[in-house]
Amino acid sequence: MPYNPALVAPMRAEVTRLGAKELTTAAEVDAALGDHRGSMLVFVNSVCGCAAGNARPALALALKHPVVPQQVVTVFAGQDLDAAARARQYFAEYQPSSPSMALLRDGEIVHFVHRHQIEGRSPQVIAADLTTAFDKYCGAAV
Amino acid sequence: MTGHVFHPGHQPLHGITVVVETHGELTYIGRFDTEDGRGVHILDATTYEPAAIRVSKADYIRKCAKFGVPADRKHLVVPVGDVARITPLGEFS
Repeated sequence: MPYNPALVAPMRAEVTRLGAKELTTAAEVDAALGDHRGSMLVFVNSVCGCAAGNARPALALALKHPVVPQQVVTVFAGQDLDAAARARQYFAEYQPSSPSMALLRDGEIVHFVHRHQIEGRSPQVIAADLTTAFDKYCGAAV
Repeated sequence: MTGHVFHPGHQPLHGITVVVETHGELTYIGRFDTEDGRGVHILDATTYEPAAIRVSKADYIRKCAKFGVPADRKHLVVPVGDVARITPLGEFS
């Protein structure tokens, strides 16, 4: 059952204020991810403080890196149920986890950060993982 | 909400996805919830059983680390006496 929207609003804002486009319906997910060219990071937001409390600051740190994905989008697991479920269809090879992050290039997943790769790690360590992937997959020379 | 935790006061591994190796053939992978007199409670778990899963334990753990945990049990309890080692799955990534 989704949490109270008022409770979740700050968690949404923590991501959208970074420039991430929030996708709240399956149609919005299809419009963003279907036939997408270039690089895109999908941030699966989550309420759980055990991991999401570090994932959001990690995203903020990573997006300060000189090389970043061309587009960043976000869905909120446990809140926007249809959108999260549809997004997961685009990375169905991976088991559902939230928070998580999928880096896509031309529609293919090139890097995935699971919840278990976030848990217990500092935002700095998580961000370093992300920026290494950004350098590898989001640069012009890829 | 930066750094906000919804469930303070739990054991250090609470909320962490772990690999619970036993003294026997079974290995469990799931999210550590708590440990009490009954054993180690893990959530959204999968069980590695050599007779049923035809890959090595190491390969199965590596697969879970890369692709996530194919959870088929919402909650299970591993008796304390069975537990040989508990390791965060993230250490296998």
